[in-house]
Amino acid sequence: MLKFPIFMDAQSTTPVDPRVVEAMIPYFTEKFGHPASRNHSFGWEAENAVDRAREQLAKLIGARDPKEVIFTSGGTESINLAIKGVAEMYREKGNHIVTTAIEQRASLDVCKRLERQGFEVTYVPVRPDGLVEVDAIRQALTDKTILISVMLANNEIGTIQDVAAIGKLAKEKGIIFHADGTQAVGKIPVNVESAGIDLLSCTAHLIYGPKGVGALYVRRKAPRVRIAPLIDGGGHERGMRSGTLPVPLIVGFGRAAELCGEVMAEESARLAKLRDRLQDMILSNVDEAYLNGHPERRLPHNLNISFAYVEGESVLMGLNKESALSSGSACTSSTLEPSYVIGALGASAELAHSSIRFSLHRFTTEEEVEHVGARTIDVVKRLREMSPLYELAKEGVDLKSIRWKAD
Amino acid sequence: MAYSDKVVDHYNNPRNVGSFTKDTPGVGTGLVGAPECGDVMKLQIKVNLDTGVIEDAKFKTFGCGSAIASSSLATEWLKGKTVDEAAKIKNTDIVNELKLPPVKIHCSVLAEDAIKAALADYRDKNASAVAPASSK
Repeated sequence: MLKFPIFMDAQSTTPVDPRVVEAMIPYFTEKFGHPASRNHSFGWEAENAVDRAREQLAKLIGARDPKEVIFTSGGTESINLAIKGVAEMYREKGNHIVTTAIEQRASLDVCKRLERQGFEVTYVPVRPDGLVEVDAIRQALTDKTILISVMLANNEIGTIQDVAAIGKLAKEKGIIFHADGTQAVGKIPVNVESAGIDLLSCTAHLIYGPKGVGALYVRRKAPRVRIAPLIDGGGHERGMRSGTLPVPLIVGFGRAAELCGEVMAEESARLAKLRDRLQDMILSNVDEAYLNGHPERRLPHNLNISFAYVEGESVLMGLNKESALSSGSACTSSTLEPSYVIGALGASAELAHSSIRFSLHRFTTEEEVEHVGARTIDVVKRLREMSPLYELAKEGVDLKSIRWKAD
Repeated sequence: MAYSDKVVDHYNNPRNVGSFTKDTPGVGTGLVGAPECGDVMKLQIKVNLDTGVIEDAKFKTFGCGSAIASSSLATEWLKGKTVDEAAKIKNTDIVNELKLPPVKIHCSVLAEDAIKAALADYRDKNASAVAPASSK
């Protein structure tokens, strides 16, 4: 039985796994101690719980030492801490940062702020399939470069970057490498050792954990990475992130990470199969629908399609009584600009306005996929019947030949 | 963002979707907006050449739900009005009727532009056609 609304927006957030909630509950009431209370059992109990979560997360990302995991309030804080922390700590060494044009907003906004403070940032473009060329990163490096910051997998198009090659380049040049793993950790295998990642941003709420907690992996050996804290205080988290640790959230994050590690192989295969079914259904029934991002190197639960001649928000409006999706349309963004990610692929702005992201999750069923696929096809066809662009295109008019009057 | 009931109604049951042949006498066509901005409206009127009354109106819109609703509403309002009356439709009337939020006001502006463009096209095309008829 289908239950509405169907949630297919799992790259914005995910529901908390009931097993995660179960693990968290005792830490609100009975086991409420402060992990920095060193002199009584409440504190020890809380500290043990936090250490266990650190181990669970370290295991998921292949960290050598659980101490390399620093808990934060989420992905945004982790990214801020990584980039600003390196910028401040290594300022004497250089003022240049290399990143890509399709990083998530948090990364780009941190870089923009640093630019205002005198840093130089190179935003390396990506190929039409969303991959950044490692050579393009290499060419962007200068003797002032102190940090390379690249996302593991993109939040809109799911494209998975070749971080191992980037990590190798960073090691070769002695530059710190931050990977934004918020969309990838827990979904695909990530190993900070084999990929040469020095800093890795993670978040709980995208891996069936609670909102309000994240982590930053900070390498301790080869090289020992140092970062300046954003928040000063009691010196928690090895001085890199002061503030009382939210023990229940951290316990939930740890459990969520553990579960992801256990089910990853099976879950990613299942979701990739459902995603492929959805993709086939849509692409075989709708003409001029274009897959955004790399066809193979992408997250198993991600599908991003641009439907030429229809605007994304209007597609969502036709679906939102029954299902939750997202779009790169300007009308759905807080900035009122169409998706800069789709734009960076070299697609026209029109196709950025027309992009729809389907993101599946642990609890997505085959029935849901069939339903959303069929409804999407209906809605797109209906909207095309009322699209002047579709009409012109069918008449053989080249839309680029028309002199549009932009408002 | 929640939509007003009227926007939802026009989105689900758009009035007067379609096209007239552009060169039919009495037809005026307005095509405004730009694909890269995410909004394009085509609005057409069919004017009775004897009375100057808009007998029919049609639209096609590429854009968000509010853009579709604004143009759908515009075609409803245009029918039965004279060309001069039609020129008085203001975007604020559309905003009020559809209860558009501030971020969607540009949809109503585009609809007003579409009306003006259709009226101008009608006048351009029929200035010569109408003149001999009235001189008889």
